[in-house]
Amino acid sequence: MDFGFNDEQQAIRDTAREMLAKRSPLSRVREHAEAKTRDEDLWKEICDLGWPGIAIDEQHGGQGLGTVELAILCEELGYTCAAVPFLSNAIAAHVISVAGSDEQRDRWLPGIASGESRGTVALEQEQPAIVVDADGAALLVLPGAGIVEPSAAEVESLDLIDQTRTYARASASGGDALAGESGMHVPMVALAAELVGIAQRALEMAVEYAKEREQFGRPIGAYQAVSHRCADMLWDVEEARSLTLYAAWCADAEPETLPYAAHMAKARASDSAWTVTSSTLQVLGGIGFTWEHDLQFLLKRAKVSGELLGSAGAHRDRVASFAGLG
Amino acid sequence: MDLTLTAEEEAFRDELRAWLEANHPGEGPGGGDQAEFEFQRKWQKALHGGGWAGISWPKEYGGRGATLIEQAIASEEMARAKVPRPANVLGLVMGGPVVIAHGDEDQKERFLDPILSAEEIWCQGFSEPESGSDLASLKTKAVKSNGGWKITGQKVWTTFAHEAKWCMLLARTDPDAPKHKGITYFICDMEQDAVDVRPLRQITGESEFNELFIEEAEVPDENVIGGVGNGWNVAITTLMHERAGLGASAALQLRIALDELAEMAKEKGLAEDPLVRDKIARLRIGIEGLRLGAMRALTQTMKVGIPGPEGSVAKLQWSYANQAMTELAISIGGIELLERDSLWAYRFLRARANSIEGGTTEILKNIVAERVLGLPKLR
Repeated sequence: MDFGFNDEQQAIRDTAREMLAKRSPLSRVREHAEAKTRDEDLWKEICDLGWPGIAIDEQHGGQGLGTVELAILCEELGYTCAAVPFLSNAIAAHVISVAGSDEQRDRWLPGIASGESRGTVALEQEQPAIVVDADGAALLVLPGAGIVEPSAAEVESLDLIDQTRTYARASASGGDALAGESGMHVPMVALAAELVGIAQRALEMAVEYAKEREQFGRPIGAYQAVSHRCADMLWDVEEARSLTLYAAWCADAEPETLPYAAHMAKARASDSAWTVTSSTLQVLGGIGFTWEHDLQFLLKRAKVSGELLGSAGAHRDRVASFAGLG
Repeated sequence: MDLTLTAEEEAFRDELRAWLEANHPGEGPGGGDQAEFEFQRKWQKALHGGGWAGISWPKEYGGRGATLIEQAIASEEMARAKVPRPANVLGLVMGGPVVIAHGDEDQKERFLDPILSAEEIWCQGFSEPESGSDLASLKTKAVKSNGGWKITGQKVWTTFAHEAKWCMLLARTDPDAPKHKGITYFICDMEQDAVDVRPLRQITGESEFNELFIEEAEVPDENVIGGVGNGWNVAITTLMHERAGLGASAALQLRIALDELAEMAKEKGLAEDPLVRDKIARLRIGIEGLRLGAMRALTQTMKVGIPGPEGSVAKLQWSYANQAMTELAISIGGIELLERDSLWAYRFLRARANSIEGGTTEILKNIVAERVLGLPKLR
């Protein structure tokens, strides 16, 4: 039993943390969010590092690693709120790997792995369905239609509060139907990991501010009303992280447990990320409500990602089934 | 990351599981009285005979020398098998480890064996009426006398005091030193008239705990552990032992109780009720979070010596889950569950202490804030 990262996993995490700290500070996220652009330079670097192919098999140009490694990257990208289409593309990689025919895999996975021909997958079962980062993607996977090229789909942009990536509703008919079916459990784990990263970053913001900001002659973090709020945040973050890493491990090593673990992880991470980011706003006080403060990027991403692939309540309803309520 | 058990861990689990199956003592008499205690003493003797007492203790002191993961496996297996707790639980999880960590060779020779065999029961005299969360403000005093000490004061929340031979007792030996520095850790003989034990009745109606009224109790020098004035450091070790490894077995016990609760909800026709489903799911997620966090903390401790931040919230997770679960049970089961002899009524009332005993929720949050997050102290 080893519930920690092995050397390779630790190295992936450290590299990601270091690179993103340098290349995607929140000031840069802000530039792109305000200009409504994607960070193409960062995306290129990410592609050069091979991240888009992390969980794609080697025969299709990927690194052949697993969901744990994918979750590590998602957490780090969530931590930085980077304006790159990593998550949507990783979900496309998963769906086509699992549900695609040999031909579909041969045709699409190498481009997804290199990042040169990105994919994105509808995150709802009914058309028109929510898609993330559809603009500039080479393929969309839509319910009932299968794989379609963007020119063959009707894509209506949605201007959501999270401006660090793009959202749209898409519909199409008569695409290249997928050969099989893919559950959305691994995508749930990827989203949960991103949410853990967002929550971790917000917690650090709250703690840093609580140490520095003085009122009534002492740092506000010395008051238990503030410090206990921060302790609760740590609880939220760590519990969500434990459940998410467990679900990622199940995906790789114990697939029969994955649905149970993935619903738990997504439910907990969605709630945690919202609780922690909104609680951080309370610690920051008025400054946290201003446009000039960077918390807004985390808070808005937390809310939107928390709703993608089902809200926390919907996932808990599934967990209740696993808990014996049918 | 690999959450499967290694071959050694699996062998350990299978051996214990088989032993528990062959040696399960059946259901005890219950009631929290003398008969039940003797039943637990007999059970511990059986554990000792089988080599399963002191699982965490090093082999050279009669223990099993198990790894932290194996300890967690063992406490899970015990919870799964629903065996009684050993009579000398405080000696096993606190007294013995402290003597091993801080005692000299004579003390190890004298005290360790009878702990394992349950010949000598241990209790703990830390809290005082005026010193609960602020334990270091304790007032019980020890005054030097010929070849030893005379101890006078009052202790409270002392479990097993009426059965105990030895009390792990904190007393102030230097009233002029700063409050954390003037404390000494004694092993006090309970079999003397100077120690008066009075049971403390709790809201459940039973008396798990006692008050100690101590009037010039005698303790020889050789029963000082870790040196005069070093009691606070020694005590911190025992408190850490008290909390270590709590997570895994606590999670399993919660899980077993929550399964019963889900069954009850179904019988009451509430399986489709969205509120009930949501609450049971929340508990299930919290309980799994506790179990997994405990496993992460054990892994981290084995790798680098101390648990990561995930370990610091285990007791918060546990007390919150147990209180919320027992409240939900009453709302699902209805008024009959509040009958005085109902098991759920007992669990419901007993759970009220969970957020106080072993460190209040508020103190634990202070610790998380100050030691894990590095926030400034108010005091």
